[in-house]
Amino acid sequence: MIDFLTHPWPWYFGGIMIALVLFLLLWTGKSFGMSSNLRTLCSMMGAGKNVSFFQFNWRAQQWNLIVSLGVIAGSFLASNYIVSTHDVVLSEQTIEQLASIGIQDAGVGFAPEILFSNDAFANPYILLLLTLGGFLVGFGARYAGGCTSGHAISGLSNLQLPSLIAVVGFFIGGLLVNHFILPLLF
Amino acid sequence: MMKTIVFFLIGVLFGITLYMSEVSSWFRVYEMFQFDSFHMYGVIGTAFFFGTVVVFMIKKLKVKSVFDGNSIAIVDKEKGWKRYLLGGIIFGSGWAISGACPGPMFSLLGAGFYPILIVIFSATFGTFCYGLFRSKLPH
Repeated sequence: MIDFLTHPWPWYFGGIMIALVLFLLLWTGKSFGMSSNLRTLCSMMGAGKNVSFFQFNWRAQQWNLIVSLGVIAGSFLASNYIVSTHDVVLSEQTIEQLASIGIQDAGVGFAPEILFSNDAFANPYILLLLTLGGFLVGFGARYAGGCTSGHAISGLSNLQLPSLIAVVGFFIGGLLVNHFILPLLF
Repeated sequence: MMKTIVFFLIGVLFGITLYMSEVSSWFRVYEMFQFDSFHMYGVIGTAFFFGTVVVFMIKKLKVKSVFDGNSIAIVDKEKGWKRYLLGGIIFGSGWAISGACPGPMFSLLGAGFYPILIVIFSATFGTFCYGLFRSKLPH
């Protein structure tokens, strides 16, 4: 049991736990959607003064910011005290493909060094990539009215056609960038 | 205060799940878009399957909210397609680069990958820009 929980979780267990999180949030009378926190952060920082989209009572969304703080704490616990190995066991094809586009550390560690080690802070080009990726995620999530949790989990579970369209969009954008843009970036 | 602790603990559970199931790993997102592994599809598919059961049962059994006893309202998404398709494509493009959607952003911060702060700041700025240009975009 302990062994099962401290090794990287198999897909079915991860999926069940995400469904449990969805249930707990619905049961407490809330909803499951992480990207709305970004809108709340904008509103908290005073964006409502100039832009009506951010004029709402952000204090009513504090519960979701608390969930985010919990996510930070949970992943801190998992990475420091629970997990037995940080290495993500990837498929051979992915490891070779990544090596061919210039990312040599696939299969070792949890995230590529080039993007997520502290050296990235000293590399203006990597900072630009992270900024671009984040900008598109934040802009796109709000434009689409949700992200992976809001559409792919909550929306699809409620059999919402708009969420299916959004998820198709996620994959159109993701596949195009993954196959045609990423090889040019590194 | 009790509610705050409950929401925090739900977040802790989600944060542990995102890390332990490797959903917040950039590598896993790359592998998903390469169709080289079933892992991410399995996670999302299982969550969708049990999520559908959860939503169906909540509606069927008219489950009440645990805090205030009110009925649980599961709001339908607004009809339409343009915003979902266009916003989705923009979101997916960013997801492929940063390897992190909004949940995993917080997860990676907790796991000590500090450059994700840049992603969180720019995602917040991206959200601000959407709010700024919202009236000019097709919805």
